Amino acid sequence: MNTRIEYAGNTLVAKLEGELDQHVATELRTRLDDEISKHNIINLIFDFKGVTFMDSSGIGVIVGRYKKIQARGGTTMVIRVQPQVDRVLEISGIKKILMCSREGENRGELYEVASTGENI
Amino acid sequence: MKLQVPGKTSNESFVRATVGAFASQLDLSLEEMADIKTAVSEAVTNAIIHGYECQKGVVTVECKIIGEELEIKVIDQGIGIEDVELAMKPLYTSKPEEERSGMGFTVMQTFMDRLVVESALGEGTKITMTKRVANG
Ligand SMILES: Nc1ncnc2c1ncn2[C@@H]1O[C@H](COP(=O)(O)OP(=O)(O)O)[C@@H](O)[C@H]1O
Ligand SMILES: [Mg+2]
Repeated sequence: MNTRIEYAGNTLVAKLEGELDQHVATELRTRLDDEISKHNIINLIFDFKGVTFMDSSGIGVIVGRYKKIQARGGTTMVIRVQPQVDRVLEISGIKKILMCSREGENRGELYEVASTGENI
Repeated sequence: MKLQVPGKTSNESFVRATVGAFASQLDLSLEEMADIKTAVSEAVTNAIIHGYECQKGVVTVECKIIGEELEIKVIDQGIGIEDVELAMKPLYTSKPEEERSGMGFTVMQTFMDRLVVESALGEGTKITMTKRVANG
């Protein structure tokens, strides 16, 4: 799995690429936590456009970061998910606690929430 | 088809791809293929991190086509499950400190048509999952 990190003010965008399973979950979690504290991140956007596969290990990563970001008073979003990932998100119930959008779905409000971060 | 791999998480993607290749002899939709790979990933992850608790061990995966069904078994000789009914409850995890979601069995149950869990403490766990294939 490849992870590209981008910043927009205190919003972090994690652009993920590849397969998100237990094998990459541990490293991804550590990397994101480091970035969040180092750059004083308030909002987090997971960009899943390049993710071709995810199992419930990915749910653990997302929920863990969501809790962290919530404690900082910020917002977590999962955007541009492919159908397989969408089904796993659906089952997990995660869609009830944070904002998720599918690839190709126009949900402008998600981007508006993202841009409430400073200096975006 | 029978596949045996060392219980390392780095082997998970290989197992998913191999089971996918085996399943592709059936006329599956993209969604059915994704369901199968996801369920296998859950069972193999469990064998490695719960069954063997990340220590050495071999994970066995067997695939068979029986009529219009694909049957997949994932077997470990790890610690076993004390209370299978409890373990299968959505959100139940014995390792919350590791950010596990407790959704593995729920994913297997949802994505496959049948799930049977056989386990004995100190002996190991055998997961049998089947999926009916419309155009098999
Ligand atoms: N192969 C296995 N060997 C031993 N225990 C297992 C095995 N598979 C599952 N379990 C137990 O069942 C629980 C639930 O599994 P699961 O639904 O996949 O959730 P999670 O993996 O997130 O904990 C695990 O926390 C573990 O205690
Ligand atoms: Mg699991």
